[in-house]
Amino acid sequence: MGHALVNVPASVKRGDAFEIKALIAHPMETGFRPGPNGVLLPRNIIQRFTCTYNGVEVFSLTLSPAIAANPYIAFFTVATESGSLTLRWTGDKDFMAEETVPITVTA
Amino acid sequence: MIGWPPFGLAARILCACCVLVAPLAVAQDTARRSGYQDMGRSLQAMQDDDMANPAMLWVQEGAALWTRRAGSADKSCADCHGDVGGMAGVAARYPAFAAGLGRPVDLEQRINLCRTDKQKADALADESRELLALAAYVARQSRGRPIAPPDDARLQPFIAAGDALYRRRQGQLNLSCAQCHDDNAGRKLGGATIPQAHPTGYPIYRLEWQGLGSLKRRLRNCLVGMRAEAYGYDAPEYVALELFLLSRARGMTLESPAVRP
Ligand code: HEC
Ligand code: HEC
Repeated sequence: MGHALVNVPASVKRGDAFEIKALIAHPMETGFRPGPNGVLLPRNIIQRFTCTYNGVEVFSLTLSPAIAANPYIAFFTVATESGSLTLRWTGDKDFMAEETVPITVTA
Repeated sequence: MIGWPPFGLAARILCACCVLVAPLAVAQDTARRSGYQDMGRSLQAMQDDDMANPAMLWVQEGAALWTRRAGSADKSCADCHGDVGGMAGVAARYPAFAAGLGRPVDLEQRINLCRTDKQKADALADESRELLALAAYVARQSRGRPIAPPDDARLQPFIAAGDALYRRRQGQLNLSCAQCHDDNAGRKLGGATIPQAHPTGYPIYRLEWQGLGSLKRRLRNCLVGMRAEAYGYDAPEYVALELFLLSRARGMTLESPAVRP
């Protein structure tokens, strides 16, 4: 469920900061909007985003209903070792999406 | 985000605007501007970066649909069209004349013709995720290309019909498209800058919609804002307007899929 676009540089020098950009398809329904029949549409948002780098959490974010649909999240981390980054989005209605991307760290 | 058309305040501003519009048929700016140039820098940056442009989520889905077999013909788009690179330039010359139908069709309708006639599958619903995804994927192949309406004499009567529609006053506010988009382009309507209405970026990711939408949806929004009755989705009026807008934007650069406020 859920599809995402993730972008990291193919290779980074050890010790350098690099940017991770992630875009995910999600309605981010606030729970405050009435539907066509006047009844509130149930809240359906991503609640949490985490990024682990070789198993270590390097970034996390708690999302709120005020965040627009299809959230775009960009952040930096420092290159340590080659390996992989795992991005994970979880939320209402058991929403779960996970993307793993490789990263090559050069000396 | 307080967008225009949703009513309330916007509608009241509109009324004030009619009073203002009628006597003010001022000389119009002759330089053509894409809606892109009227947006703030942050929105331009969002459109320019494929990683930040949410429309790319639909493009990604379109790529998956392109190779998925469908219908009783059990064929994918790729089975007949090969690599999507072959679609470069196509979106820049749509709507185009469909000989079999004896009338022009827009890109979404053309894709649906392939769904029904070639794949023998059900047509995709207007504004459905799948149809927009395919349209975005095909249109993406023409990004950066000049808008190139076909030189096809059969299109002339339809362009003329679109031109007339564009200039005809309609709706409870008794406004024409031209009064906003030619006479008052660049001025403010509520919080929005009135663009020149060039179809440079369709399908677009519109912030107000929180999603992707076709040019037809955009035109419906303008009709509702004019308090005119929007035509049905398959009405020939849309294609006529789209054709007229395309001919008016000849040579401008296609940005699809673009971001708009
Ligand atoms: C009362 C003024 C008004 C009228 C009349 C009006 N529009 Fe618009 N139109 C707007 C505004 C304002 C926007 C931009 C909305 C925004 O930025 O949120 C817009 C946007 C558009 C766009 C999108 C341009 C882009 O950059 O993607 C098109 C195309 C368009 N209108 C066509 C039409 C057509 C065709 C008609 C007549 C059927 C029409 N409009 C009537 C005010 C108007
Ligand atoms: C069985 C073969 C076949 C399949 C499958 C098929 N098409 Fe087509 N398509 C054609 C042919 C042939 C044409 C040329 C027009 C005609 O003959 O109707 C065409 C024309 C087009 C055009 C217009 C091209 C132009 O230059 O004007 C587009 C866009 C298009 N197809 C998109 C698609 C998409 C998207 C799909 C998948 C959903 C698809 N087609 C599936 C055979 C196919």
